[in-house]
Amino acid sequence: MKQERKVLLATFIGGLVFGVGLAVSKMTHPEVVLDFLQLDDLGLMLVMGGGAVVAAIGFHVATRSGKAAPLTGKKYGLRKRDLDKDVMVGGVIFGIGWGISGICPGAAFASLGIGNYVIIWAIVGMIFGAHIHGFVKESQGN
Amino acid sequence: MVIIQIADLVVTAFPNGMAHYAIGGMIIGVGVVLIYLTTGHIVGASTGLETTISYYSKLKWFQQEEFISSRDWRTVFIVGIIIGAASYTMVLGIGQWVTEVQWWRLLIGGVLVGVGTRLGKGCTSGHGICGLASISPASLVNVVIFLGIAIIVAHLTELVGVIP
Repeated sequence: MKQERKVLLATFIGGLVFGVGLAVSKMTHPEVVLDFLQLDDLGLMLVMGGGAVVAAIGFHVATRSGKAAPLTGKKYGLRKRDLDKDVMVGGVIFGIGWGISGICPGAAFASLGIGNYVIIWAIVGMIFGAHIHGFVKESQGN
Repeated sequence: MVIIQIADLVVTAFPNGMAHYAIGGMIIGVGVVLIYLTTGHIVGASTGLETTISYYSKLKWFQQEEFISSRDWRTVFIVGIIIGAASYTMVLGIGQWVTEVQWWRLLIGGVLVGVGTRLGKGCTSGHGICGLASISPASLVNVVIFLGIAIIVAHLTELVGVIP
């Protein structure tokens, strides 16, 4: 098998597991997310915390080993983004949208998987939103 | 007495139990680590949303080298999420479930989520799980902001009588 295919296969399997996790934790249900945001059920903290702890162990152990990933030769590293105004303003806009709808990108795709066809509204909205962002960045000359 | 009080608090904070949340979260983490260890890639669902647009948009913004070089695996990741969640419900015979959240909330919320996650460079998976796991200051700030704002907005929504 070509190396590129192996990367896609590994990513697909990881995606499957990721989708199962979202379904098990009921993040596929906007109602459950809204229950958290209205502070009636704090379960979402356990989901984000559980995911972050497992990922942290994997990220840090691999990064400290100084090795590279077998399928790409890419050196293990951590997720770094510049902390700027965009990160803050983006967080505010995302928060408003999340509070209104109870959906976020990964959960919306998993929700589609469990047959929640109405979530298409959210997915179309998110794609449209990403277009608006791209259009604004383009007109700003980025 | 103290133990009973703690137990009461747990029941109040987690009326639907804790196990499926914690286990589901850890499974999500396993998916992230699987991809990371094999490829070195750090996933994020909202970035995948944006790079997929590069397949058809002619805008220079979407034709960035970074988007084009990662769009294949990012799209495969999204397809994996959909099929993974679908397989889980089918294997367990849970049956279809449809939300009662109004379509207009999903649409308006979706547009804001699309703009906000792209401007903010990540979402619940990118910043919330992978960024926090990386102990990234940008992610910590982003998560505190979007959680705080979402909690306020969800309460306001409830307050004006929009249910669920």
